[in-house]
Amino acid sequence: MRLKIERRKNDPTKLSIFLMSVLSVLISLAILGLIILSLGKNPINAYVQLTSWPFGTVAGLTQTLISMMPLLFTSLGVLIAFKMKLWNIGAEGQFYMGAFAATWGALFLFKGISSPWLMLPLLAAFAAGFGGAWGAAAGWMKAKLGVNEILSTLMLNYIAIYWVNYLVYGPWKGKGSYNFPITATFPKAAILPQYTSDGLNLGIFLAIATSFFVFYLLKRTKFGFHMDIVGDNPIAAKYSGINVKKMTIAVLAISGAISGLGGMMQMSGVLFRLQPNFSPGYGYTAIIVAWLARLNPFVAIAVAFLFGGLLVGTQQIQLFLQIPFSLVSVFEGLVLFSLISGEALLRYKISFKGVRT
Amino acid sequence: MKFKTLVIVSMLLAIGLFAFAGPLKIAFVFVGPINDNGWTQAHYEGGVVAVKKAFGDKVQITYIENVPEGAPSLNVLNSLASRGFKLIYATSFGYMNQMVQSAKSHPNTIYEMCAGYKLAPNLGEYFGRMYEPRFLSGLIAGAMTKTNKIGFVAAYAIPEVIRGIDAFTLGVRAVNPKATVHVVWTYSWYDPPVEKEAALSLINSGCDVIAQHQDSPAAVQAAESKGVYAIGYDSPNMGRFGPHAYLTAPIWHWDAFYVPNVKSVLDGTWKSESYWGGMKDGVVGLAPMSKLVPDGVKKLVNAMADEIKSGDFHVFEGPIYDQNGKLRVPAGKIMSDSELLSIQWFVKGVVGKIPKK
Repeated sequence: MRLKIERRKNDPTKLSIFLMSVLSVLISLAILGLIILSLGKNPINAYVQLTSWPFGTVAGLTQTLISMMPLLFTSLGVLIAFKMKLWNIGAEGQFYMGAFAATWGALFLFKGISSPWLMLPLLAAFAAGFGGAWGAAAGWMKAKLGVNEILSTLMLNYIAIYWVNYLVYGPWKGKGSYNFPITATFPKAAILPQYTSDGLNLGIFLAIATSFFVFYLLKRTKFGFHMDIVGDNPIAAKYSGINVKKMTIAVLAISGAISGLGGMMQMSGVLFRLQPNFSPGYGYTAIIVAWLARLNPFVAIAVAFLFGGLLVGTQQIQLFLQIPFSLVSVFEGLVLFSLISGEALLRYKISFKGVRT
Repeated sequence: MKFKTLVIVSMLLAIGLFAFAGPLKIAFVFVGPINDNGWTQAHYEGGVVAVKKAFGDKVQITYIENVPEGAPSLNVLNSLASRGFKLIYATSFGYMNQMVQSAKSHPNTIYEMCAGYKLAPNLGEYFGRMYEPRFLSGLIAGAMTKTNKIGFVAAYAIPEVIRGIDAFTLGVRAVNPKATVHVVWTYSWYDPPVEKEAALSLINSGCDVIAQHQDSPAAVQAAESKGVYAIGYDSPNMGRFGPHAYLTAPIWHWDAFYVPNVKSVLDGTWKSESYWGGMKDGVVGLAPMSKLVPDGVKKLVNAMADEIKSGDFHVFEGPIYDQNGKLRVPAGKIMSDSELLSIQWFVKGVVGKIPKK
């Protein structure tokens, strides 16, 4: 027997890509059910818990929307970079830098400002700046030194996370925290408008607005057009007069800025104080969200909503079936794995042939 | 459209019926796994198991393990309240601000916060005077050390932990004024590998008794592997991890709090208060001393335990000097509860620093 892998003649159609994406999620859910079954719990009950509350009740939907917000920002961030085939896996670090900048501004630099109309835009700009710088750093290293952005963005994540840890364990530790690693609470002016008592806030709508901005940038501007060309064929782009190096830095900067903005929204909209491990890995889940959304900023809204709900739903599974928390990561891993395999199967044909001697 | 409304209304009705008719729904939010042989297990046994046993069908109990402290816990707390849990216990200091936030938005749910210090009309606080049995365990450590160096593996430099180290050291120095207590911070309640490393570093620097304020028995295991003595914490189960090392442990008997507390909610007599029980209330105590402890020491410890229970002896009675030799509590004076709850200094004999802001 011999395994033969051939490229398919036709590129996959939109419909087949869509069906494959849905199928990956379903297959992952099925495997998840098997795992739950092997833990001695009822998988049907788990599916009910996973979906009924986060998608079927007002309070649950609110939680879903809140979890969706940081996911959408970070997935829009990575999506832009992926569009130009820049594999930015540093959204987590860029998100952290945005949260850091927002906290720096809210608690120290702009502390005297009492108008939210001035404070919030300042914090947003500041956070986008730091997140953008974090992305641009990787872009600069790639453009000038040829450093692979997968490695540099990943490494920069750790720097950002440990930087935040240093601050909250050390100089930024809040007065009322009695030495517990957590900063003081944001002043009123630095808090986004809240619509319900359980945390529905302006950040969610700004995240959706950002999807429109990203769509506009990608589809309706010359910059977006150039991104397409560079992504498809950097050599051709270079010969047609596009400055590929500049584009690399700029795209990673925008990518980082959006994730950084997400960090600010999470601080000002949901958390109000910085502490270690404040993100359950939004920046990594974002990669799966962007990929499932096929790099379409509108589809990303729906996928982020779905994953936000799954985050809330897995908590419910844990609550009512007492199944470990780490199941979320297992599920995300399964989705990514089946997506990548599905992608390969769409583009390549695998056949077995008898060995000829 | 009509049908949709009907469905929503009937769903709300169903939720309402469940909320008012059935048993009292109680939820426990845990920082670690219920089989940690330490802190969380003590809450699980004294809370979930004992309450179920005491009230049977009148209560319906769920619990959620490994909930990260701080920001991520808010989602969990809000979900619980929205899903009809009427009594929520959170068992770690780092949940305090989220408990306050969630209690504010769910006024019909009763919240009970372990080891915090903020009250609200529907938020109570509970904790135990662990410093009493810690003092007793200090007496044993002081009597057992040969090198006069005792190690203490400690989580966070918050008053709860500092108070315990101080009480322990007062006990050590009461029987052995030459001995010193060396503190290493781990910055985590539950991180077995880090706890073990911290214990090993203390043992390598010459400590021959290892005490701890951690939730796992890792430090006991480390002591066992190096042939030195260990004092556990939380639960007598820790003894299993060091048959040749384990002396005793200051432990929790949480049923002494949870059972009456749940009863007060069932009877409708619950009110928001700060519960701080001691050895005489039975909520804290010293685990049976192992056979490694000589009879003479056992007698002394038992005698002191009786004095503490009767109120004849108070651990924090002056004169008490701080690390720098300054008299903090004059002779004859007893530190007040509020001073103890916010203590931020080490007594004489502690070697180690409280991280400063």
